[in-house]
Amino acid sequence: MKKRWICLYVENEIGVLARISGLFSSKSYNIDSLTVGTTEDETISRMTISVTSDDKTFEQIKKQLNRSVEVIKVVDYTDIPIHMKELLFIKINNCSESDKLEIFRIAAVFKVQITDYDKYNVLLECLQSEKQNDDLISLFKKCFGSRLEIVRGGSVAIEAISITNR
Amino acid sequence: MEIKGSELFVKALLEENVDILFAYPGGQAIDLFDALYDQEKIEVVLPRHEQALVHAADGYARSTGKVGVCLVTSGPGATNLVTGIATANYDSVPLVCFTGQVPTNLIGNDAFQEVDIVGITRSISKYAVTVRNREDLGAIIKKAFFIARTGKPGVVVVDLPKDIQRAYGSDEYQGEINIRGYKPNTGVHLGQIKKALDVLGKAQKPVFLVGGGVNISHANKEMKQLAELTNVPVITTIMGKGAIPTDHPLYVGNIGIHGNYAANTAISQCDVLFSIGTRFNDRITGKVTEFAKNAVIIHVDIDSASISRNIMVDIPIVADAKIAIKALLEKATALNNQAWVDQITAWKKSYPLSMNYQGMTPQIIIEKINKLFKNSIVVTDVGQNQLWTTQFLELDENRQMLTSGGLGTMGYGFPAAIGAKMGNPDKDVIAICGDGGVQMNIQELATAVVYEIPLILCILNNGYLGNVRQWQEMFFNKRYSSTCLRYRKRCSKDCQNPDKCCPEYTPDFIKLAESYGAKAIRVEQVCDIEYAFMEAKANTFTPTIIEFIISPEANVLPIVPAGNSLSEMIMED
Ligand SMILES: Cc1ncc(C[n+]2csc(CCOP(=O)(O)OP(=O)(O)O)c2C)c(N)n1
Ligand SMILES: [Mg+2]
Repeated sequence: MKKRWICLYVENEIGVLARISGLFSSKSYNIDSLTVGTTEDETISRMTISVTSDDKTFEQIKKQLNRSVEVIKVVDYTDIPIHMKELLFIKINNCSESDKLEIFRIAAVFKVQITDYDKYNVLLECLQSEKQNDDLISLFKKCFGSRLEIVRGGSVAIEAISITNR
Repeated sequence: MEIKGSELFVKALLEENVDILFAYPGGQAIDLFDALYDQEKIEVVLPRHEQALVHAADGYARSTGKVGVCLVTSGPGATNLVTGIATANYDSVPLVCFTGQVPTNLIGNDAFQEVDIVGITRSISKYAVTVRNREDLGAIIKKAFFIARTGKPGVVVVDLPKDIQRAYGSDEYQGEINIRGYKPNTGVHLGQIKKALDVLGKAQKPVFLVGGGVNISHANKEMKQLAELTNVPVITTIMGKGAIPTDHPLYVGNIGIHGNYAANTAISQCDVLFSIGTRFNDRITGKVTEFAKNAVIIHVDIDSASISRNIMVDIPIVADAKIAIKALLEKATALNNQAWVDQITAWKKSYPLSMNYQGMTPQIIIEKINKLFKNSIVVTDVGQNQLWTTQFLELDENRQMLTSGGLGTMGYGFPAAIGAKMGNPDKDVIAICGDGGVQMNIQELATAVVYEIPLILCILNNGYLGNVRQWQEMFFNKRYSSTCLRYRKRCSKDCQNPDKCCPEYTPDFIKLAESYGAKAIRVEQVCDIEYAFMEAKANTFTPTIIEFIISPEANVLPIVPAGNSLSEMIMED
């Protein structure tokens, strides 16, 4: 089992997302994350999909995707140089003054943005790798437990030019 | 010129050379039916149920190689297609199914007779789409036919909202199409062909395993040449049967859980398995880890997703069967493997398929069909009736068999036979059904009568859902749970012994046929079989039911129990 990444070019039409996600569910493949948005050509959407699977299943997934009429191109991003980032928001509620100090310190050390706050609440915006976001979440869970609100977008990726960053 | 969407629909069908449209009307399709009313080139056929309608289109498509076309209304009309769409798509049958839909401004409102048929059929079709703009209509229909018949053929659903049918727009039915996400493979990798032939050339115990792909691509002639040129025995799946004539000396038989001894044994012992157009469904492999265990496996398939899915393949070749076989024919040479061929022939002789029962067995009935109907299409339903037919029916260039292999849909046989006869009026068409499955679409007697379709509907009446009963007998201590079709309220729940005192069978198929205006004959002994067939053949405007009263507890043998390898067959009761 290994984490894999696929970049998918699809027709930007009603029902395509359902077709793609349906293909995963009907074959019992679990999607770890999926992002979708339009591209420079507004008739085409691009998806970044992550799955955890063995080699054989992953080959099947790629073939199944490829044979869908709505899928224009499948690119395997698992082992090629890419840039990949995920957006994560963390909101911490009911903060004391010392909580806030701690949060500001964490933000400074881990180089993530505080984008909004008031007397009792703080909002962080973290644009970094999925792994870094995972680690940050576990840190915040340890410090602030049930006072957290977390939303994350799933990674988007693009092929690298001369340096890799995933 | 500006024309209505419904008029463009008719124009498109004409340009696609559709000669028969299987259609059932309703509110959201009424404009389309109105547009069809004035033309004469397309025969519009009205079956009595939409499920039967799509099976009929399927039988038409399988037997003619053309695209079968369906038209139904929205909501219940569309949902009634579902089983037939899955049946056809599973067996790679090209169909285009048009469904009426509520007007675009009502879609999503839970309008009267609105269902999301595109959503429902997405996972059981090759492609499904709603037409949302009148200007896209022509291109979408063109695309639908193209996708249905090319590559690995399949079912395309085109959902037509009522306002699109009524809207005026261009009358153009576009000539060229380019679908950027769909490029069916039309070539073959010659390097892989060479590799495959190198391996085959060195084999001592090679076999061809041929699936439905060879029949679909009409590569039967080429397949026979390839077998003869190489002297390699040919084994088929149920869907591949007929790929070469079944009386050919190199033909071994079907493999699978009801395959014959020689075929299952040869697969288990071969050193090179050259498979063409099969997806190694679990019904043919038995326990996968034991399947062709010692063989180098070569696999030709048009669908790359079918390769190395169930069985790991050593040499994959992604190509249409006919193109690949033609490429193989250019370079293939004769093998020195006569000892192996003789061995298989000896197995065939020692362990022939045969039903060792008293009286009128399905084997005897089917052998009569072999004898009396040389130029014919035989359509099976699902169950024991189907399995016996796949075992005993002889096939060649002039006799074809249609069967629901992938989905195994009871109720398929009779309506599919109607479609097959409509597409092939010059051939004898015979449906072989069980007494259970035939009741799932028996209403089509009306269709066969009103359209004067002289097909022969054989009902093998064993009084049971026989296929399930057989498993219950063999693997569930003969606990006949919900499989007896003679059961009445007064029967004891745990009856295991069907006999003369059992309640009367209902319906009386003879009276039923007569009430529809069909002919009917009941046959209870061997000596009456031939006469019944001759009489049925003489009915040239009317369908004939022949009800064969067969032994209630006859079994399909051999059988490979679930989880066993192909070499672990149960040969007799
Ligand atoms: C629509 C559908 N329902 C249920 C089944 C499961 N099934 C497979 S064979 C069979 C028995 C068929 O009985 P019958 O039509 O009398 O044929 P026989 O096996 O007796 O020849 C059943 C219930 C099926 N294949 N299709
Ligand atoms: Mg029966």
